[in-house]
Amino acid sequence: MTLELKPVLVIARKEFWDRVRSRWVLAVAVIFTAFALVIAYFGTATEGAVGFRGMDVTIASLVSLAIYLVPLISLLLGFDTVIGERERGSLDLLLSMPITRLELLLGKYLGLAAALAFSTIAGFGLVGILISYGVGAGALLRYGMFMLTTLGMGFAFLSLAVLVSVWAPNKVIASGAAVVLWFFYVLVFDLLLMGILVATQGRYVGDVFPILLLLNPADIYRILNVFGMQDLRALYGLATVMPEGLASPGWMGLAMTFWIAAPLAAAYFRLRSNP
Amino acid sequence: MPTPVVEAQSISKRFGTVTAVKDVSFAIGAGEIFGLIGHNGAGKSTLLRILLGLLTPDAGSVNILDSAPDSGRFRDCRRQIAYLPENVVFYDNLSGLETLRFYAELKGVSPRDCRPLLDRVGLAKALDRPVRGYSKGMRQRLGLAQAMLGRPRLLLLDEPTSGLDPAGIREFYGILGELRERGVTILLSSHNLAEIQNRVDRLALMRLGTVQAIGTVQSLREALDLPVHVRVTLRDGGDAEVRAALAQLPGCALHLNGGEATIDCARRQKMTLLSTLMALPRAVADLHIHEPSLEDVFLGYTEIDPPQGAPR
Repeated sequence: MTLELKPVLVIARKEFWDRVRSRWVLAVAVIFTAFALVIAYFGTATEGAVGFRGMDVTIASLVSLAIYLVPLISLLLGFDTVIGERERGSLDLLLSMPITRLELLLGKYLGLAAALAFSTIAGFGLVGILISYGVGAGALLRYGMFMLTTLGMGFAFLSLAVLVSVWAPNKVIASGAAVVLWFFYVLVFDLLLMGILVATQGRYVGDVFPILLLLNPADIYRILNVFGMQDLRALYGLATVMPEGLASPGWMGLAMTFWIAAPLAAAYFRLRSNP
Repeated sequence: MPTPVVEAQSISKRFGTVTAVKDVSFAIGAGEIFGLIGHNGAGKSTLLRILLGLLTPDAGSVNILDSAPDSGRFRDCRRQIAYLPENVVFYDNLSGLETLRFYAELKGVSPRDCRPLLDRVGLAKALDRPVRGYSKGMRQRLGLAQAMLGRPRLLLLDEPTSGLDPAGIREFYGILGELRERGVTILLSSHNLAEIQNRVDRLALMRLGTVQAIGTVQSLREALDLPVHVRVTLRDGGDAEVRAALAQLPGCALHLNGGEATIDCARRQKMTLLSTLMALPRAVADLHIHEPSLEDVFLGYTEIDPPQGAPR
């Protein structure tokens, strides 16, 4: 079966404009802007000072915000994209069009991803422009990398959300699964890993610990951003835990790409086999 | 029949323990309006979804416009098929025109065709309004406009008139008539027997996932040999004369009710009965013949096991 671009773009455009019209894009951009501004200027308040304190410190604060917020927003954006159509009753008509299920899924994903990208770039980009005054090219590049990796993490969780929307038998279960995924990857995963590490005194998982981190796109995101900054790497003492190989942005980028592609591929095979 | 546009052979489909469609076979020729009749849950919608390729049958084969729904020619085939699901649902946030343009683009049809189509189905004044404000009938009209996009060769319509008022129903069948004249083949499902009986060329009666009979309404009536009802308005004192005349006719049951007589007559005796009644001008003032309705035929086929020799 050939893959045609036009139906993908038609569906993607509809999904994107649906989010623009419903003011989803605007609302998320405003949330990102507001949080980023607050963090950029008040992020160091606990140290007794307010104001912009340099790009690396700001990025580190923004990463700890984005790691909670972006997965949640991505999961909320995509969890009902297929099951919502199925429950509403509009999926049959859509599937009766001269389009393949792969084109349908790609169109939906790309449209939602475009909405997420627009909000993220608008929200964090605006703050980036505000704090870019007087910083060097290297700092700007690091901020650009922060935005790019934030998008990557968002796309990975959006891909998981699309898988949920294809897999779930109804919207209630889909929303529950999205919340569980968020809890697991954002709150529980690291605690679980650390708990096992401590309980076993590193006997069993010590060597594979860095690899286990790759099982969580949020951790890949954290590694990508923290390892880019030598000072912070030293600050967190991560240099002793993480092997050099994981510090390579190329490998981490590849791992994130896997997290974007794999759930989407699983969603396609599920959709193809389950009408 | 020339090469059929739709050909289903021994299709079966189960959902868990429920048999939705069982060993269904039929063929529909070009330009034919074919009805699928059955109660809710008879398997009509499942059958339509199998024909479209939305569901894969557990057994049997489907051939539509010379290709199987899951074949390599799928896209070309789909471009020539239009589908209107039961209780069609659109995107509430889009206007009627935007909705139609979305489907037009997916079908590779020029968006310029949308306005004339909306005009044709009577939605010209509502085309810029969001679909969430549309009545059920307006949504069905929009659904029909969607089905007419791109000059399809085959229309699959699932309970297409549900939600339409009588004027809308008449208009709807008017449009179907025009499409048929252009050579479009139409398969529609319905449980509204009175509405469909004079508007389809042939039909299949479905019950519990199986086809009980296939044919024209007339051929199904004849095969079932349902009695013809004749209502006779009697002149004063005419009852004795009618009673005496009918006593000579086997297969006719007379019911007298004041100045009126109702006669249930075996189909083969119909002409004899009419001749007899016409020969009694002093007893009979007027008479009306009632052929069994499609509802009678349907009940005859679906409330009993299929009679021997029922058309298949």
